[in-house]
Amino acid sequence: MSQLSVNNLSLALAFALVLVAVYISNREKLGLTKDIFYSISRAIVQLVIVGYILKYIFNVNNVILTAAMSFFIVLNAAYNAHKRNPNDHKSYFNSLLAIFVSTYVTMGVLVASGSIRFIPSQIVPISGMIASNSMVAIGLCYRNLNTLFKNQRQQVLEKLALGASMKQASLPLLHASIKTAMQPTIDSAKTVGLVSLPGMMSGLIFAGVDPVRAIKYQIMVTFMLLSATSLGSIIAGYRTYKDYYNEKLQLRIK
Amino acid sequence: MAILSLQNVGYKVDTNEILKNINLDINENEFITITGPSGGGKSTLLKIIATLLTATTGEIFFDGKNQDEYAITEYRQQVSYCFQQPSLFGETVFDNLSFPYEIRQKEFDEKSAIEALKSVNLPETYLHKDINSLSGGERQRVALLRNTMFLPKVLLLDEVTVGLDARSIEIVHEFIDKIWKQGVTILQITHHEGEIKQANKIIWVEEGMIKDVTTKR
Repeated sequence: MSQLSVNNLSLALAFALVLVAVYISNREKLGLTKDIFYSISRAIVQLVIVGYILKYIFNVNNVILTAAMSFFIVLNAAYNAHKRNPNDHKSYFNSLLAIFVSTYVTMGVLVASGSIRFIPSQIVPISGMIASNSMVAIGLCYRNLNTLFKNQRQQVLEKLALGASMKQASLPLLHASIKTAMQPTIDSAKTVGLVSLPGMMSGLIFAGVDPVRAIKYQIMVTFMLLSATSLGSIIAGYRTYKDYYNEKLQLRIK
Repeated sequence: MAILSLQNVGYKVDTNEILKNINLDINENEFITITGPSGGGKSTLLKIIATLLTATTGEIFFDGKNQDEYAITEYRQQVSYCFQQPSLFGETVFDNLSFPYEIRQKEFDEKSAIEALKSVNLPETYLHKDINSLSGGERQRVALLRNTMFLPKVLLLDEVTVGLDARSIEIVHEFIDKIWKQGVTILQITHHEGEIKQANKIIWVEEGMIKDVTTKR
């Protein structure tokens, strides 16, 4: 069985890969050097802190602490999804509701079906995977909805003038945004195993698990990501399209 | 009793007063033309009546009731606004003519839709025609039908013949005249000499105020 052999020295040597990106940035005058160093520093600090926190949580193995850590991930994912919404009249609650429901409905099914157990080493990473994918989908949904409301403002206005309700005037935009949000997950499900050996599967193979066993986990991940992104984008879309209208059923976007 | 009554209506954006103290009574089945120089506030006035904008001062009464007392969608179905350069939605003419049924949750009546198309000189085959293949005049006619598939009580027309060819203008005029004769109150903005004469009341709006009202005997 192959073993992971990443030590501090090998990590330091792997830092050379960052220098490749810095070299390209400098040579092509992309102005990304500062950003690369900042992002790398942030990633290292965040991962070190998370590493120690997870070690502590895994050792304590307490139900409340596990749930709290999972909820902390959900809160953060919701905050980041909220930040990706370009609408000035947005509400954090909508993002929180979308990520909360998509994460815990999906995870509830996984726990109830016995696919995962309610232990910190399974609940915390799975929460992260579900919430982050839901966050990306919701962010896409928000941005696309905003673009469509800007580009199709005239059509929405005309529907309103004909006496359409908020939902009737927005439905094609809403459907298109939810579709855009779910598309990357659907596309990646089509190519999984052919183009990419995604996170969970690669990690297990890397750690020496039999690939035939690893695929079962990947199939589970594919199921859960489809559920999370669809639930997340539907809830977020249906909650936020209303933010584009005022109480007089007029479009806020100019 | 006036079907529409505007009392001290004003509209301001920051410090810019676009409409000032508009008082106007419109009787049922009147045919009114609003005209005047560009930037005088005519379109704003029509959009306020249509509830697409909200007056900053004053009140509007429709059929004896304050505009605010109506459900907005119900009001807009009765006081229907047609845009200057309408944008059709969906893919075909059908998507546009079926929309008024959709919003009223009624089953689409193909026979009525074909009749409506014929009333603006468009053949039956146009029902499933791609909207991208329509000319400007045809688009405007489809847009007008969209507003009138269910006859509103008041039809607001914002320079609907601008940029159309002579034949399309003639068809639109005939159609509006027909709608008016069915009891609909018409309020149209126009600079077109012929359309101004078509009305039985002409309102001159300039610098956000009604400067003159001429009623034909």
